[in-house]
Amino acid sequence: MSRNLILGGLLSALVVLAALTSFLWTPYDHAAMNIPAKLQTPGAAHWFGTDHFGRDMFSMIMVGARTSIAVALLAVGIGMGLGVPLGLAAAARRGTWADEVIMRGNDLVFAFPSLVIAILITAVFGPGAVNAIIAIGIFNIPVFARVTRGAALSLWERDFILAARVAGKGAARISAEHILPNVANLLIVQGTIQFSLGILAEAGLSYVGLGAQPPTPSWGRMLADAQTMVSFAPHMALIPGVAIILTVLGLNLMGDGMRDWLDPRLRGRGG
Amino acid sequence: MLRYSLKRLLSLILSLAVASLVIFFVIEVAPGDPASFMLGINAQPDTVAALRAELGLDVPKAERYLSWLAGMAAGDFGTSYTYRTPVAGMIADRLWVSLPLALYALTLSTLIAFPAGIYAAARRGKPGDAVVMGATQLGVAVPNFWFAMMLVLIFAINLRWFGAGGFAGWENGLLTGLHSLTLPAIALALPQAAILARVMRSALLDILGEDFMRTARAKGLSRRQALWRHALRNALIPVLTIIGLQFSFLLAGAIIIEQVFYLPGLGRLVFQAISARDLIVVESVVMLLVFAVITVNFLVDLAYALVDPRLRART
Repeated sequence: MSRNLILGGLLSALVVLAALTSFLWTPYDHAAMNIPAKLQTPGAAHWFGTDHFGRDMFSMIMVGARTSIAVALLAVGIGMGLGVPLGLAAAARRGTWADEVIMRGNDLVFAFPSLVIAILITAVFGPGAVNAIIAIGIFNIPVFARVTRGAALSLWERDFILAARVAGKGAARISAEHILPNVANLLIVQGTIQFSLGILAEAGLSYVGLGAQPPTPSWGRMLADAQTMVSFAPHMALIPGVAIILTVLGLNLMGDGMRDWLDPRLRGRGG
Repeated sequence: MLRYSLKRLLSLILSLAVASLVIFFVIEVAPGDPASFMLGINAQPDTVAALRAELGLDVPKAERYLSWLAGMAAGDFGTSYTYRTPVAGMIADRLWVSLPLALYALTLSTLIAFPAGIYAAARRGKPGDAVVMGATQLGVAVPNFWFAMMLVLIFAINLRWFGAGGFAGWENGLLTGLHSLTLPAIALALPQAAILARVMRSALLDILGEDFMRTARAKGLSRRQALWRHALRNALIPVLTIIGLQFSFLLAGAIIIEQVFYLPGLGRLVFQAISARDLIVVESVVMLLVFAVITVNFLVDLAYALVDPRLRART
């Protein structure tokens, strides 16, 4: 196992642990205001300091991890749930109009960055974490569809698929029983990458007010709150930022490590 | 080349048509009537009806969609529900901030990424490669708006080299305008540069393993000459794809970065429009962004054919 995989795995595990622990325990109530203790720098009483309402930033970071992980995970779920079957279907019907329609549809969805989808949804239904999930999720669909189709196309030319066809299996059954297990590794790696992109996108959407709304803590909202205080309370901006960076870095390293581990030909290539 | 371009052009028009349909009908399902919203809860029904007629809301949806399309093609985006001024003018004003910002960032990211990617590929496996790859790994993980706040903290608040926000305007000279866009452009560019550098390195490494590169070395070119003369041109294809994709991310990213620097760009316009339920402005800005993404990808497709003549023959 590579150093990347171990380091990335440890960082990611730490974030997940913080999120899970927050259901049972946080040092303080993350929403409890304590104005006399506002804007404290990190110290023994408040490990990550307090914000402008005197809320404990360590507790907020722990609970915020929950929001980030939930939004990004569900968005990956939407992307995989819809994108993978589409990709499998396109590959099974390669070269036909069905393939063309699916892939052109994907191109079209690609033209809507998740921020733009979020703007549209928010304009219609108002802001909220669910919008962020849908917006990031929709953007994930063509990503998974393309990766699945690309990998499945070459598999369809292989002898063992020919054998399955000779045995009388239909395209749908071959896709589910033979193609999917063979592209699963690739999908796990892509899922990790989309998960890390989802964390970044969620932070961005919450920062501009299109994602999770108060009182739900989110790292992006913490940064939005910090913006006007950055000159006299830089810790308010530094800490959520570092939390995002370490999470995304962890997931990316894990994704790279997994890719190398699953496909030794790529070892040392990066990119 | 002509057939290839025509085929791409047809696909461009089709994509734009479908995208405009999606945007129009998503906005159409928005609950609430803009005319009632503008006039408030105490408005008389006949006043609301009059305003609906004035805004063109009383005609069937399909007809409105077609006239919206025809209007946009002629540069008329309709009238803002809140400001009662032409949307096209409002967007044009803001575009003068957002577009230069995205282009500035794209230029910076390319200027940083190309040398970094080439350097890393040429020193594969050596410490220089490891340093560049480590830096890009970090760069990819940094949220651009957070990086923007850190730039403000260091270069505006502490060092006072730049203003903390706002836009000086182009009327005070190109340099003054660029100066106020420099920190936002750096914030937008660095994470993108990290991605681009990784793609550049990986594309070059792919090419360096090809047979024709061995031939180039065998005929006496040095490693460096072979890299510059043969590998770079071939590596440009994946790199161009990413640059095309990046432009859309930069435009969307600009919307977020504008919030950090209080820049009067498309981002500010669209967020104000969302809170004022000025849906026609939201609709137009979104359409413009999607139009930009689709058109840039079309241009990238054409650029492929110029860089790689094989693609012309194939399609």
